[in-house]
Amino acid sequence: MRGRRTKNITENIDWLLISIYAVMVLLGWLNIYAANYTDEAGTIFDFSQNYGKQLMWIGTSAALAIVVMLLDVRFYETFAYVFYGIFVALLVAVLLIGTEIKGSQSWIVIGGISIQPAEFAKYGTALALAKYLSSISVKMEHFKTRFMSAAILLVPAALILLQPDAGSTLVYASFIFVLYREGLSGKVLVVGVAAAVLFILTLFVEREMWNIETLDLTISGEYILMGAIFILVGLVLLLFRKNASSLWRPLVLLAVVAVGYVASVNYIFNEIFEDRHRNRIYELLGIISDPSGTGYNQHQSKIAIGSGGFWGKGYLEGTQTKFNFVPEQSTDFIFCTVGEEWGFVGTSIIIVLFLGLFIRIIWIAERQRSTFARVYAYSVVCIFFFHFAINVGMTIGLAPVIGIPLPFFSYGGSSLWSFTILLFTLIKLDAERRNVLR
Amino acid sequence: MGVIGIIFLMRLFYIQVIDDSYKTSADNQALRYVTLYPSRGIIYDRKGELLAFNEAAYDLMVVPRQVNRTMDTTFFCNLIDITKEEFVKKMERAKSYSYYRSSAFEKQIPADEWAAISERLYQFPGFFGQKRTLRRYPKKVAGHVLGYIGEVNQNQIDEDSYYQKGDYIGVSGLEKTYENELRGERGVQVLMVDVHNSVKGNYMNGELDSLPEPGKDLTTTLDRDLQVYGEKLMQNKKGSIVAIEPKTGEILSLISAPTYDPNLLVGRDRTKNYVELVRNDSLDPLFNRAIKAVYRPGSIFKLVQSVVALENEVITPETRFHCNRSIINCHGSHTYDNLQKAIQHSCNPYFWQVYKRLIQMGEEESIFKDSAIGLENWRKYVTSLGLGVRLETDLEGIKKGFIPDKEFYDSWYGEYRWAFSTIYSNSIGEGELGVIPLQMANLASVIANKGFYYTPHLVKEIGDSPKLEKYRKKNNTLIDSGHFDVVIDALDAVVNEPGGTARRARIDSITVCGKTGTVQNKKTPDHSVFIAFAPKENPQIAVSVYVEESGFGGTWAAPIASLMIEKYLTGKTNKRKEQRILEADFIHLDKEDKE
Repeated sequence: MRGRRTKNITENIDWLLISIYAVMVLLGWLNIYAANYTDEAGTIFDFSQNYGKQLMWIGTSAALAIVVMLLDVRFYETFAYVFYGIFVALLVAVLLIGTEIKGSQSWIVIGGISIQPAEFAKYGTALALAKYLSSISVKMEHFKTRFMSAAILLVPAALILLQPDAGSTLVYASFIFVLYREGLSGKVLVVGVAAAVLFILTLFVEREMWNIETLDLTISGEYILMGAIFILVGLVLLLFRKNASSLWRPLVLLAVVAVGYVASVNYIFNEIFEDRHRNRIYELLGIISDPSGTGYNQHQSKIAIGSGGFWGKGYLEGTQTKFNFVPEQSTDFIFCTVGEEWGFVGTSIIIVLFLGLFIRIIWIAERQRSTFARVYAYSVVCIFFFHFAINVGMTIGLAPVIGIPLPFFSYGGSSLWSFTILLFTLIKLDAERRNVLR
Repeated sequence: MGVIGIIFLMRLFYIQVIDDSYKTSADNQALRYVTLYPSRGIIYDRKGELLAFNEAAYDLMVVPRQVNRTMDTTFFCNLIDITKEEFVKKMERAKSYSYYRSSAFEKQIPADEWAAISERLYQFPGFFGQKRTLRRYPKKVAGHVLGYIGEVNQNQIDEDSYYQKGDYIGVSGLEKTYENELRGERGVQVLMVDVHNSVKGNYMNGELDSLPEPGKDLTTTLDRDLQVYGEKLMQNKKGSIVAIEPKTGEILSLISAPTYDPNLLVGRDRTKNYVELVRNDSLDPLFNRAIKAVYRPGSIFKLVQSVVALENEVITPETRFHCNRSIINCHGSHTYDNLQKAIQHSCNPYFWQVYKRLIQMGEEESIFKDSAIGLENWRKYVTSLGLGVRLETDLEGIKKGFIPDKEFYDSWYGEYRWAFSTIYSNSIGEGELGVIPLQMANLASVIANKGFYYTPHLVKEIGDSPKLEKYRKKNNTLIDSGHFDVVIDALDAVVNEPGGTARRARIDSITVCGKTGTVQNKKTPDHSVFIAFAPKENPQIAVSVYVEESGFGGTWAAPIASLMIEKYLTGKTNKRKEQRILEADFIHLDKEDKE
């Protein structure tokens, strides 16, 4: 009995995913070495350096992966809430006893090892959400379902925001796509996108002051925007006069909500956000430009990647990353090393590799018989994708500078462990899919 | 997801492959191009003594972007000895050049000052040193010959692609003439620097680097000791001394007084000192009188008239003329001299007659037509002696002097409206004639050589190569060598016979041959002029001396010439004679008069 099962597992393991994983982790390690390389640097196995440590993290990750594969598949579903509970507890603990590094209290140091609970909380959240959505009584049309799903997501998100670690918090936004796959109305997505557009528009206009000389009046930009919303609604009503009687109520309501939203965005942005957040967003939108101040990281990052050219400068030959022009070059900005030393060839290979990973995971998600496995798979792909999109987007100036790691590439034990566990739990679930009863 | 992926790929393709500006930015911040300046060729005298050498100096470079905004500017200004205002100005200039590229903040800081600065430079990111060299002149002499170097201007950069902003180029003198030989070739070193601007090694293992090629050394024809001595003799005087080795045309010394210390036109204070020398000194010390001042030749021109007349057979050495002072005044107690005596006594009426015979040779009925033919013929012979033509020496700006031709008088008086009687002043070296001191020294050389000369020049060897071809070519005059004997005997008598006009030029052990000249000035005292060569039997040195506004030729110019000859030939000098010259002051006296 035991023998048959083991054989089944190895047969059903998705070796393609494991291969992509192995290639990425290896490339990541090589690039971390390059990012820290100096002429005096020792071998890549020097454990006093980032690259040596990363090798250690890779080793332990491999061990973790094996453990994940060997555990009984039912373990994950059964203990999903327990995991969730533990990680939420850790998130609370980190606020109480955590160590502050670079302005955010997100590390727990135990005997020389520091871990970042936020990295693991994503795993717990993915498991808990999958477990909840796979319960029989759940239906996305129900308010209770939507409320519970939101609660599962918002509790850890809020705790992480308190650290504060805005980057990791934003990762939770990606779960909205999982909910969409599980039946959440498309309207929510539309509203989400509209909210984002209005948010950006508000930021563009709120710094502008409009002078109306004839009236001797100076109006701040956001009031103009609010006025524009009402005028737009009026115009729509005018155009659809015939249906005005049925349209005016929802449209006016919409306008009021929109205006309220603009006002609150303005308030939140100016009163709650800190300067550094504001400036990063301004910089990204091109509202302000300060390559030596706020925009320094991103500016340097673009220079590093842009200077790589088509073929790159060659392994260990990158001057921008090696000589510390790019900050955080082995963690958040590891993609710069790829861009500088391997050129467009390297960056496109990495992007294709990630797209391959995502497509493979979605394909795997769709072949799951159990809702639990499917929701979990979608959660994994959403987390990976969000990290990928924000991280790479940030390095090439398409996303704001949000400090989140590039999965499997960035230096760091916590993130590598958590991404490994996320992925291998999926591989385990997939390998056992045939044993699941519908 | 696919859409995001494609957007990323497009964006990456754009910034990595299409847009080159990132590549430029990266090079600007991570690579530092250090120019390795070649050392400029050293300049020696004819015996291998140093005239100009190089001393280490540093340019303080700045990269404005890397400068710390909160740096201690007061301390910094004190350190490099500038004012706050200068600091702001220099910073603005650097920024307007480039924010990312280095440019010179303060130039040519001498090595001893630099030592103190470099120790503290670590406190000021964005600043670093660039090694350069400074010219130094151990004996502070020959400024006019050596010239000076200065930073290239935009025109020079546009004209010659070799030059870059910040390069130095010879501006005058030998530094300019032999610029291409002296400058050498720049080298470059491409270094990688990190974000803190500290050097991280050679880019591409030094494949792009090149070593500088040092400039070629010049061995000049100058005799440093003689130059030093001559400049000393000319202190407090205006004028010049030129000494030439007759056999080779090599210039042994070329002195223009007042002179200046060439060290003044070097380094940080060059501009300040230059303005000082040009604007605030009415004596114009930068003006090289030896090759640029045009004087009338005076009595010395009688030597030219003599040989030209002999060659044209209008007189013989035995021809005598009465000293008829009714046509032109004279001095001394002679009455009816032959040629040698006429030269010795500098008899004006004699040379009036000689010149008349040269100009009106009887070729034409009309004295006007005859004079025109005669003048052109005379001019042909005179210019063959290196007068009225540009001597192609290796200093730029040399003057031709002036020997009038038919065209000149035609435009002045009209064709055939002038004759000998119009132009007779030329007979005794007055009139329209003009010569430069170098031409006069060359004339002494021609007489010493009995009829030929090598173009006077200043450079013997360029690196390992010999002097230029044009200085190895013998120039023959149109005068037969035999005609010089009588002139040479006369010059001997001028110096050595009792009653000669240049008794002060006598040296006991050496037979000096010379001729005085006195260039008359209407308002100021006359210029004292003397040319000489020695020894008579085997001439080693030919000299011309001009002392402006000092009086009779025999009084000042002659003893100076003899001291130069004595110094060069024996190494010793007559101390009493020397003392008299050193004490003579025609500059400050002059000023007192005016006040």
